[in-house]
Amino acid sequence: MMNILKPSKQNLKTYLPIGITFIFLSFLNVILNSFFQFDFVGFFPKGISYFFPLIFGFIGFFLIRVEFSGLRTLDLLNKNINSSNFNAILTLLTLFIIIKSISPLINWFFLDANFIGSSKDDCTGQGACWVFIKVWFRRLIYGMYPDPEQWRINTAFLSLFALVGIAFFSPRKIKKYFIFFLIFIYPFIGIKLISGGDFGLKYVETAAWGGLSLTFIISAFAIIFCFPIGVFLALGRRSDLPAIKYISIGFIELWRGVPLITVLFMASVMFPMFLPDGTFIDKLIRVLFAITLFEAAYMAEVVRGGLQALPKGQYEAAKSLGMGYWRMNALIILPQALKLVIPGIANTLLALVKDTPLIFVVGLMELAGMIGLAKTNPKWLGMAMEGYVFAGLVFWVICYAMSRYSQNLEKKLSTER
Amino acid sequence: MNFKNISFQSKKIRNLIPQILILTVLFSVIIYFVTNVQTNMGNRGIAFGFGFLNQESSFDITFSLIDYNGSYSYARAFLVGLLNTLLVSVIGIFFATILGVIVGVSRLSDNYLISKVAEWYVEIFRNIPLILQIFFWYFAALRALPLPNEAINFYDISFLTVKGFYVPKFIWNNFNFFIIAIIISITAIYFLRNYARKQREQYGRQVPVFIFSLLILLTFPLISFFLFDVNLSFEYPVLKQLSPSIFTFDGGVNIIPELLALALSLSMYTATFIAENVRAGILGVGKGQKEAALSIGLNKNQVLKLVVMPQALRIIIPPTTNQYLNLTKNSSLAAAIAYPDIVLVFAGTALMQTGRAIEIISITMLTYLSLSVAISVFMNWYNKKMAIKEK
Repeated sequence: MMNILKPSKQNLKTYLPIGITFIFLSFLNVILNSFFQFDFVGFFPKGISYFFPLIFGFIGFFLIRVEFSGLRTLDLLNKNINSSNFNAILTLLTLFIIIKSISPLINWFFLDANFIGSSKDDCTGQGACWVFIKVWFRRLIYGMYPDPEQWRINTAFLSLFALVGIAFFSPRKIKKYFIFFLIFIYPFIGIKLISGGDFGLKYVETAAWGGLSLTFIISAFAIIFCFPIGVFLALGRRSDLPAIKYISIGFIELWRGVPLITVLFMASVMFPMFLPDGTFIDKLIRVLFAITLFEAAYMAEVVRGGLQALPKGQYEAAKSLGMGYWRMNALIILPQALKLVIPGIANTLLALVKDTPLIFVVGLMELAGMIGLAKTNPKWLGMAMEGYVFAGLVFWVICYAMSRYSQNLEKKLSTER
Repeated sequence: MNFKNISFQSKKIRNLIPQILILTVLFSVIIYFVTNVQTNMGNRGIAFGFGFLNQESSFDITFSLIDYNGSYSYARAFLVGLLNTLLVSVIGIFFATILGVIVGVSRLSDNYLISKVAEWYVEIFRNIPLILQIFFWYFAALRALPLPNEAINFYDISFLTVKGFYVPKFIWNNFNFFIIAIIISITAIYFLRNYARKQREQYGRQVPVFIFSLLILLTFPLISFFLFDVNLSFEYPVLKQLSPSIFTFDGGVNIIPELLALALSLSMYTATFIAENVRAGILGVGKGQKEAALSIGLNKNQVLKLVVMPQALRIIIPPTTNQYLNLTKNSSLAAAIAYPDIVLVFAGTALMQTGRAIEIISITMLTYLSLSVAISVFMNWYNKKMAIKEK
């Protein structure tokens, strides 16, 4: 009896159309329900009409589950989303949830959202009030940086992108110098351009900096500084000299053991006590210092992983060629070790970027902080959702791009072993 | 004296110089800082010391697991903060593990849709800063919940409102006996497992440990219920009208929205990392292992339980412990939404009131450090225990 009912290649011609009809009905029901609030099985008792799509979809999927049917699409479908009863139910539930959540999301993001206007009163729809983002856009990007001076931030970042582009396409021979310039000289030119004070540029104090540009500035500087410090700490931790080894271990474990927020607290309230009375170090520099040391400890552990993974023979070969400690590390060990840990390095840098919003602790406001400020503005109360969704999207795009890039880099640099 | 032996070429001397240099620099920096601190504190008229811990704190904390009010000492406030940190960490670890394992296993599912959904879950939640997720849940999502008079009702037992999640309170009678019963049953299960292992290793007999354990775990507490008059009753939250328009819930336990938001975001964020660990762990067990296990006649459950999982766990656990540690440290972001954890209570309010930056920040950092050290000591012990013992 069961063998007759079981779909197989013989009864494919009858079962396939029936199965597809069942599946079609079930999805039609869900789609009509979620987009047009129309339920064509509403005449059934509530429990049945609620589960109608699931039951019909399940029957349909059962009927089309034919092994080696000879139809390529069907086989692919069965293999990937319909390999068993359990999988069929999972597939149906996933698809239903996706379909159900699409319509409220689209409504909130686009259809019911407001794009035009200049104040909260222009937001009449039920959906998102993107006017909020539009009005506050400059503040979200530049913080409290004075409007007429904002071209300086733009110039600094645009020329950075231009330089990166040139460096990327330049011939190998000059590339080295370009990269050196980009890493060691350009950041200081850029920061001078933004802070001003000389060359007829108006001085803008760091308290006025903020928004997304501050995120970039802090991330860029912390990345540049934390990488070499991390490498030195990693070498120190594997050093034969006990004093250097234990100082490195103590330093690394101290930073890794505490949360960044307490380190920032330390930089803001405890560190001034360590300095002679009357000395004042800029808030931004203190924060940069704290973040750099903190992330350098994580970087050191990542690099150490790479150093440990190298076979002993590499060290011995380098030494037998008469290389000293520094030459051995610079020419033989580190290039291989760093290549091994590219994913780890990328993860540390990602963590660094994701940690930048924490600077709210010391009163600096980057993107998330500016949204916190904007949503408490009496004229714009109740805009938290729009603000944080926007900030989340921006950060997501940045971090996702970074992680993708690191994956590509890893593939590109991997050599046969 | 013979100076020839002490040339710079001698390796010992050559190694000594950088060490002495670094130590000198380190000590001079420390001495410089300490003298500065002394003069600064002298100028402000405060003396270094931990005596302030016994003073009356005179501030209130919104959420506390132990008795606390303004008349208690700063040390007590510290304890309240620490317990709150541990509470949110434990809740976060619990849910992050469950969610992480589900997502990690789903990523390996042969169902294309499920594995894609799991993949995008990881990609989305891993790449948004945790603090933004906390803000989103706290300021945007949970603020959209209804007021108490229109609360989302779960079978008249629990109520979800903008002021928090009201759940029934457990009222135990003779709770001590119940705890003793639980302890006895856990000890019994421990001995049972040892016995079963011995039987398996010496005589090849299988003892159904799981069923017996379940029986023991049910029997002893039940005995305690009947013989020692242990009983459990619930105090349900009840809607109360304060004024014509203001309602609140009375009784029960209120899980404050700060805790909800923090636990939600911490577990959803950390789950992505745990999911990746789980996936890597299961993928890390060679295919040959599964095939070998199947070929010696183990069934699918046994393969999973006896062959795949023990090896996968060896890969999964060390990085996952690290994630637990990260979660505990990340719980300090609580300060951003005013959940009274150790950072907010101690490094925030207490510091503002006493102005003792150095003592308070050091205590806070030391607390986190000792948590980290404790977890890593445990991890090393576990690693050693789980490591493959090669002969």
